[in-house]
Amino acid sequence: MSEAAFAISRDRNDARTEPRWVRALLIGLCILFLTVFIVLPLTIVFAEAFARGGQVYLAALVEPEALSAIKLTLTVAAISVGLNLVFGLIAAWAVAKFEFPGKTLLITLIDLPFSVSPVVSGLVFVLLFGGQGFLGPWLQDHDIQILFALPGIALATTFVTFPFVSRALIPLMQEQGTAEEEAALSLGASGLQTFFRVTLPNIKWGLLYGVLLCNARAMGEFGAVSVVSGHIRGETNTMPLLVEILYNEYQFVAAFAVASLLALLALITLIAKTILEGQLDEGRQTREH
Amino acid sequence: MSIELKNIVKRFGAFSALNNVDLTIGDGELLALLGPSGSGKTTLLRIIAGLDWPDSGSVSFDGENALARGAGERQVGFVFQHYALFRHMTVFENVAFGLRVQPRAVRKDEASIRARVRELLDLVQLDWLADRYPSQLSGGQRQRIALARALATEPRILLLDEPFGALDAKVRKELRRWLRSLHEEIHVTSVFVTHDQEEALEVANRVVVMDKGRIEQIGKPGDVYDSPATAFVHGFIGESIVLPVDIQDGVIRLGGTPLNIAAECGASGPSKLFVRRHDMQISPPGWGGLEGTVRRVRSFGPIQRADIALSDGQGETIIEIDAPRDRELRDGEVVGLQPRRYRIFADRA
Repeated sequence: MSEAAFAISRDRNDARTEPRWVRALLIGLCILFLTVFIVLPLTIVFAEAFARGGQVYLAALVEPEALSAIKLTLTVAAISVGLNLVFGLIAAWAVAKFEFPGKTLLITLIDLPFSVSPVVSGLVFVLLFGGQGFLGPWLQDHDIQILFALPGIALATTFVTFPFVSRALIPLMQEQGTAEEEAALSLGASGLQTFFRVTLPNIKWGLLYGVLLCNARAMGEFGAVSVVSGHIRGETNTMPLLVEILYNEYQFVAAFAVASLLALLALITLIAKTILEGQLDEGRQTREH
Repeated sequence: MSIELKNIVKRFGAFSALNNVDLTIGDGELLALLGPSGSGKTTLLRIIAGLDWPDSGSVSFDGENALARGAGERQVGFVFQHYALFRHMTVFENVAFGLRVQPRAVRKDEASIRARVRELLDLVQLDWLADRYPSQLSGGQRQRIALARALATEPRILLLDEPFGALDAKVRKELRRWLRSLHEEIHVTSVFVTHDQEEALEVANRVVVMDKGRIEQIGKPGDVYDSPATAFVHGFIGESIVLPVDIQDGVIRLGGTPLNIAAECGASGPSKLFVRRHDMQISPPGWGGLEGTVRRVRSFGPIQRADIALSDGQGETIIEIDAPRDRELRDGEVVGLQPRRYRIFADRA
């Protein structure tokens, strides 16, 4: 009798925990959900891609169309990530280190691409650069091709992925403040020396984190790119667009083969992200001492 | 290097941080800027350093216009309140920073830089920490590394913003003494900002007391304590008993009771009487002047501290006094109080 009472009280002595069956139920539901919506689809992608063996899989990837799509995707990602690295850094710097009127508006604008549907983002560029668009006639007169070509795709991708770098940096830079930069200046460092010797080393993990997410989104973007690309085979199809085309043409193995590359990218990004988050946390802890 | 500040005005939006501040700092001085937060002392320090710019006024070093030069060209060493050590660099590299970023033409070679850093780490007695990172140091160690870093380029002026503010009491005391002796050793013109009066009085040769963007008094630590120039200084430095009094025809009254002390010449109308806690002398009651009832006595060391409820006719004012222990005070006892030294300032409010 008294032993039973003791056992109950011991089971309950931790106020923060729930009864065992509740815990099991919650964890079970969580795992079930993840399996159905994430693990299963991911497995199917690879299973379908390899459904007719490794030979067919590889053959699907070295098709000229697939190669051109991979090349275009990599080019676009390189341009977008490069541009956003620079612009994101500038924007984060401006927001975190200076006080100026319209700062709140700027922060809101930086977030705009996240809140707008990618299709709308693409349409904006069509309205801007298209034949009947705002700048269309001028571009035609000067024989500059933006829509349905690399510049249009790169622009749309850059627009959609703009917030990643600055979002990763703003809180970090705000937290670090300007004292170290001031110290560097008063020790005689020039602006560039201060940036490369003090500011950049302090934000490098955050910057890398932003670049990583930016890159993942740049390679995977579908909506905005679909609107501006024109779907010219072997020319303006990125990997996500190619997946859709191949799928619609019932070339399942080829579609899933290209899709598997994107899935692989996602997995690599996920692992790298976990490692980077560890680095960022470490940096944050040393700062608190 | 002497520093001359003239008519410095600085505003942040509607807030006026500095109002026409004039200050001359002599070569080799160790000067304290003392004031409550918001008094403009840090802003003044940052203006000298070139980290902030005045809206108007002039700053000159040895007669040369300093405002024409940026922070990096003023040869000023600045020690930040929270040290601002470069967190991704070792202690050694932190101290070496100022030497490494010098223009190529004047930059020392690697061996000389190493020798200079070693010398500075010896000076602050932390040579054994050279390979550590700032996060691995204690507050007091960080403070000294920040100082070594600021001294690396042989600045002509050393500026310290609340140098001991973030340290615990014991370390603070040690570092104070250490800073004094360091200044005696290297004799560079130094200015430090503090809100701690004890720190200012103990470390500095000269103290500048500031309030609301103005300088209230400049003087030697003893002068500032013994003869405060304004009511603010008297209230801010050292603990004071402040009593609202009224002066008519040279007679000082506290709520109707005339006090047995002489008014300083010319004073009249509502005023404030300032007395240091230990300057309130206990006397037998019934001789006119201030009287009160002893409420609570705490004895420690050579003094007894007592709360005394004044019988000033208009409710009860309780003051705290320090009396020597030659005569023990008892709860409930009625005593007379005679200010030995006191100051009277017209009530500006």
